[in-house]
Amino acid sequence: MENRALLKERENHILIKESDQTQISCEKPTLAGAVSQRACVFCGSRVVLYPIADAVHLVHGPVGCAAYTWDIRGSLSSGPELHRLSFSTDLSEQEVIHGGEKKLTAALNKLITTYRPKAAFVYSTCIIGIIGDDVDAICKKISNVYGIPVIPVDSVGFQGTKKDGYAAACNALFKIIGTEPVTNIPVCSINILGEFNLAGEAWIIKEYYQKIGITIVSTLTGDGRIDEISRAHGASLNIVQCSGSMMQLAKLMKEKYGTPFLRVSYFGIEDVALSLYNVADFFSDYPEIKENAKKLVYEEITSRSKELDLYKKKLAGKKAAIYVGEAFKAFSLIKSLRSLGMKVVLAGSQTGNTEDYETLRELCDPGTIIIDDANPAELSRFIIEKEADLFIGGVKERPMAMKLGIGFCDHNHERQIPLAGFEGNLNFAKEIASSLCSPVWRFTKKQSGGTK
Amino acid sequence: MLLRHTKKEVADRKALTINPAKTCQPIGAMYAALGINGCMPHSHGSQGCCAYHRSSLTRHYKEPVMAGSSSFTEGASVFGGQANLVQAINNIFTIYDPEIIAVHSTCLSETIGDDLPQIVANAEVSGKVPKGKKVIYASTPSYVGSHITGFANMVQGIVKGFAQPGIKSNDLINIIPGWVEPSDMAEIKRILSLMKVPSIMFPDTSGVMNAPQTGKHEFYPQGGTTSKDLSRIGSASHTCALGKWASESAATLLSKMAQVPFTICDIPIGLKATDRFLMELAKVSGHEISQELEFERGQVADIITDMHQYLYGKKVALWGDPDQLIPLTEFLVDLDMKPIHIVSGTPGKAFEKRIKEICATKDITPNVKSGAQADMYLMHQWILNEPVDLLIGNTYGKYISRDMDIPFVRHGFPIYDRIGHSYFPTVGYKGSMRLLEMMLSAIMNKMDREAPEERFELVM
Repeated sequence: MENRALLKERENHILIKESDQTQISCEKPTLAGAVSQRACVFCGSRVVLYPIADAVHLVHGPVGCAAYTWDIRGSLSSGPELHRLSFSTDLSEQEVIHGGEKKLTAALNKLITTYRPKAAFVYSTCIIGIIGDDVDAICKKISNVYGIPVIPVDSVGFQGTKKDGYAAACNALFKIIGTEPVTNIPVCSINILGEFNLAGEAWIIKEYYQKIGITIVSTLTGDGRIDEISRAHGASLNIVQCSGSMMQLAKLMKEKYGTPFLRVSYFGIEDVALSLYNVADFFSDYPEIKENAKKLVYEEITSRSKELDLYKKKLAGKKAAIYVGEAFKAFSLIKSLRSLGMKVVLAGSQTGNTEDYETLRELCDPGTIIIDDANPAELSRFIIEKEADLFIGGVKERPMAMKLGIGFCDHNHERQIPLAGFEGNLNFAKEIASSLCSPVWRFTKKQSGGTK
Repeated sequence: MLLRHTKKEVADRKALTINPAKTCQPIGAMYAALGINGCMPHSHGSQGCCAYHRSSLTRHYKEPVMAGSSSFTEGASVFGGQANLVQAINNIFTIYDPEIIAVHSTCLSETIGDDLPQIVANAEVSGKVPKGKKVIYASTPSYVGSHITGFANMVQGIVKGFAQPGIKSNDLINIIPGWVEPSDMAEIKRILSLMKVPSIMFPDTSGVMNAPQTGKHEFYPQGGTTSKDLSRIGSASHTCALGKWASESAATLLSKMAQVPFTICDIPIGLKATDRFLMELAKVSGHEISQELEFERGQVADIITDMHQYLYGKKVALWGDPDQLIPLTEFLVDLDMKPIHIVSGTPGKAFEKRIKEICATKDITPNVKSGAQADMYLMHQWILNEPVDLLIGNTYGKYISRDMDIPFVRHGFPIYDRIGHSYFPTVGYKGSMRLLEMMLSAIMNKMDREAPEERFELVM
């Protein structure tokens, strides 16, 4: 398998640091038949809005899109859990022919009277883009009847990539922001954008900010609540993680409400500390915040350094391959793996842009393969060629790594332990060390070196 | 409680599906295609469909799932997906070098009116299909039927692509297993080999979706029905098609194309359905039911006699696919259990009729519904109104199980949160033993957990 040729059209999507000076090709529609790991517009919208727990999420279309996205993402809620249920208009052939508007209206009526949500999101799937139901008009009408936001999400699957889905989700959120009055919001206040509370990560991050004296107005969208989101325009600053998915909203808010934004990351000690300091610097009129941040960082790091050293010993010199949705996550992972004494031999993303790949190139060691919109053939080939010991990816990549006989860490939505923050960094080290050093590898085969 | 919003009163609900007990056609087509050796499934639609199906199958089987997509864009949706599909076929053969590409459509490509037979013919004419290779296809609109319909349609596509009339080989039997686990397909093959019946099973995901760790990422694992075998299905003397919903249409097509007579059997789950399957095999092949199988049947009966006290009268709720639910319900009735709530998202009036008939033999009048709004919300409502002692169905039962503290046996698709289904069958007598073990363990674990100390028994 490893010797399969590359598709000619794919060659420009792959570069090797140093030896290739050309710019990587990216932000292109996927090549048909390439077996991409990418998803669609709907998927992008669905993952961004999904964690809003007191809203109902109605998928308008045939049943599949609702079925495949039913409770597959561990975005935890501290209260209501409406987001974990699956609602579909389940369109049949007749409705595809005659239009699904009547059914959508009836479904929304039933849904809202049954669940009494704070809001409803209506996702348009591929079919809606073809049959042209007036989803906007129906949402408006239903919203007027029940007095709650009923927001159409323009997530027609084929109309772009997952990134366009993020944008559609941001547009939907933007409609909710500013709908409630803002009073009693302190100056040192922020919104946390692009944090989805996987395995409770938002709770860890929130606690850091609260400890250093900053008020959180809303989290978008992890453990999200409609009334918090409606007041988000009252915050002094937006901090944006996983920038691919939420930058659009930060920009929209800056334009309309003048809310400035900062890009941050919570993966790896270096980036978490930097993020906290940058936010503290923003509120430089309140110097105690920076002092608190320094204290917090010191305590969080020192209290874990001994245990972390144990894992570092196991990980030193090991080689990792990274394939993630958003390139931004790869930046943090590279730094984080480096701080654990590891080397990154392959770094790729589904949807990075030119700027992202330039940053990747700067961050990576010479010889590292950098890859855009990869497929399993390319991934397994380079894992073997570069003799990676560990793969960091998502659900579709996990069994591939296992078959190849190397360690794996899910850094996507199926992770069950938090990987963000200082605590998450330790969990991360622990998880990759345990996967790499699992006794099972004594019983398995590995293509790049026979039985270990 | 995650399901705290469920209202006990079952009110009219026509437009809204809540927590579906089905999914859409294309994933079934993809699963069927994975049961052909050296085959790359291909989804003719948006990129997301393919990604979702691959992820779902990966979660269920913990195996890599390879499949291509036509990666529709706005342009393709306006001008038709022909160019995308032809390009995909070319790319897949160039890089992934499969023997066969199995194309299925999606709601999108169906609605814009893409004509798969014509596009595939064009690809062949323009030399995009290398010599000796094949592209088969199935129309699988997501807004018709369910994942089972998609499976059935792709099995029909296999027949259409491979069947040719041939000189009948006296005792060669085709088995169309329906949507069952790779472990079930392996078990059916074991039964056939015990009876020394030469057979071709298609599709056959054993060895594909339960492949070993080899140190290699095999795009085409060893298992799956080979092209060579598929080219002989027209020469079989008979086809046993397991399950009306998943297998009947393919058997019918094969009988038309190559005059192979067929019987629709129930999937051999439980005593009666396995008995019938073996008798049918014996009849059509002229081979005897082997001693080993009679021995295993005796073991099943032995377990039931030993443990009947824990089974009788227990009320059961079950959901899943019609072809599985029918024999499973029958087995439960034979165990003296009471299947009282049965839901299948796959439409079929015949299903409801069969279930009622089976239950009527023991004077049970079950709640049964299939098709639109036959979903897990309705199931929960029924259980709230009449509680049960056991749940049998896919992973999505875990919310009800937890909320209501009901023992739960996972069976069907998808199972995202346990392993076992890939390796241990529930068909045949061996499968009956496993079902008994799972049901008894679930029921007895709860008894142990909840018994007051003085009634907490060592010997059960």
